[in-house]
Amino acid sequence: MCGIAGLIHKGKSSNVGGEMTAMLQALKHRGPDSTGYAVYGEGKEGDYIMRFVLAEQEDMNKGFDMHEVVAERLKEVEKRMKLHGAVIKGREKATDYAHRFIISHDGDTEKMARHIEDIEGVEIMSMGNGLELIKDLGDAAVVSEQYGLENFQGSHGIGHTRMATESDVDIRSAHPYWAFPYNDVSVVHNGQITNYWIMRREMERKGHRFQSSCDSELLAVYTADNLANGVSLEESLTRSIEEIDGVFTYLVATKDQLGMAKDTMAAKPLVLYESDDLIAMASEEVAIRAILPHEIDTTDPYDEEVRVWQA
Amino acid sequence: MASVSDADLKEMTQEERVTALGMRTDQLTGRAMRIEFNPDEEERFEYPWAPDVDFNKRTELDVDELTSTEANKKIRALMQEGYGTIVIKNPRGKHSLGVGILTRLRLIFEGSLGYFGVGLLDGPNVTINGRVGWSCGENMLAGTVVVEKNAGSTFGAAIRGGDLVSKGSVGSRTGIDQKGGTIIVGGDTGALTGFMMQRGRMVICGNAGKNLGDSMYDGTIYVGGDIKSFGVDAVEGELTDLDKAWLTRKLIQYGLLPEKGVDHFTKVVAGRQLWNYDNLEPSEKKIVL
Repeated sequence: MCGIAGLIHKGKSSNVGGEMTAMLQALKHRGPDSTGYAVYGEGKEGDYIMRFVLAEQEDMNKGFDMHEVVAERLKEVEKRMKLHGAVIKGREKATDYAHRFIISHDGDTEKMARHIEDIEGVEIMSMGNGLELIKDLGDAAVVSEQYGLENFQGSHGIGHTRMATESDVDIRSAHPYWAFPYNDVSVVHNGQITNYWIMRREMERKGHRFQSSCDSELLAVYTADNLANGVSLEESLTRSIEEIDGVFTYLVATKDQLGMAKDTMAAKPLVLYESDDLIAMASEEVAIRAILPHEIDTTDPYDEEVRVWQA
Repeated sequence: MASVSDADLKEMTQEERVTALGMRTDQLTGRAMRIEFNPDEEERFEYPWAPDVDFNKRTELDVDELTSTEANKKIRALMQEGYGTIVIKNPRGKHSLGVGILTRLRLIFEGSLGYFGVGLLDGPNVTINGRVGWSCGENMLAGTVVVEKNAGSTFGAAIRGGDLVSKGSVGSRTGIDQKGGTIIVGGDTGALTGFMMQRGRMVICGNAGKNLGDSMYDGTIYVGGDIKSFGVDAVEGELTDLDKAWLTRKLIQYGLLPEKGVDHFTKVVAGRQLWNYDNLEPSEKKIVL
């Protein structure tokens, strides 16, 4: 089933971490396996925030020396960053396997990212100026506390509660997906993509990498491919309705935009609330009510509907 | 069975006539029928266990801190106490509120409902001063449900009777598998409205999305605005004076009659090309689809 949610404040910053947590916790019944956030803060120009994992959560319980293995992987990540000319300006860790670095880098970030992901078990969750992508097993309250998101200030965010139907219960298959290597672009999706393998092979032939066998990752890669070719977010969303088969409603966030697209059958739900300063959307109205308890007017976007909002 | 002449039939009472024609008028003794209905016409539409409620006895119920199950149980308990008018405060988009009410009741929601609100109804008059999520009024048998704002997809799925009204716009697949009753939408409706409709009437005051009335077997859809496209076997029918009179009466009843009247409505009915589809020759099937 899965639950998706998103919100964007127009022209101001807010506690999007706390708001997204409230929304995603209200959607827990739609997907208890994992929870993910892509929240957009006010990054410092020229700096990148890189979130990455060194292992899957369940791997940490395998083998007596796993913590040493993870420590070695971290050293290797730092070594390769320096090799590519990146300067580590700040570092935090939420768990032994999940880290957040602030780096400055003038070189080819895609090349650096590919080199880092070449380390066994290492996956970059996100890299960008404002984007911070966090996902882990458990509900929103657990993940938020673990990663300290309760007071995250930013302009917008998207999130996902996952009920695993097509792939494993692990961080790799959790949403959101970062549109590698496109900085600051993330995707959450509710649905099933039926031409996944055809489209995946097409994307792989173009040189894109897939980290999981989750069909939702295709949307991130597809969006990245379009954006890299100069296609606007709105045009990419519109094209996807023609080119992607299946039932889907998905949200895409960039550094300053939030977009949605709904498939031709309108088979997956989305409830939308719009005001002058806040746009909020979710699979169910209860999620919007979690941050707006007063009476509000909401609508259901129709089939093939595409919308994009500016922060 | 011996043949009966027309002259003999004329002389018979109605009961004798149907018996002579091989039809039975004695009460069915199946378990469900024995429990559900009394042969006395005045009482036969009441469930024997239905609480005797008084519309003048009114109460309020705040469900903010209750789960859907707790709220529904509380509504039943209030009905057992004789309350005939119940006002629900702070529904806040909760799912499955006010379902399975099988008797008369005036139920008012001061706010919006989530998914599967007021489904499986048989008799109550419901007002929702907010919007509803997916599948509002599903499988309704009788009564009225009036939603003051928008509704989600599959609004009135498989309803068999009663009036289901949204004064705003609704999502996709409105009235899917409708088997009776009336669905009225004050605004627009999405794709596949009236999909596999079998009976009943639907009124869309605004625009209808693509594939309107797809694979409908019977029933009637009236559309006041534009129709993006017709579904398989849905065709335009003639809007008769009887249709206009019915539309006018229904829309006045819910305060939705357009200023310009109803002459501009398009009537959509089944083309009936899909009837007995399995018996068609392969070449005919291609033509129908």
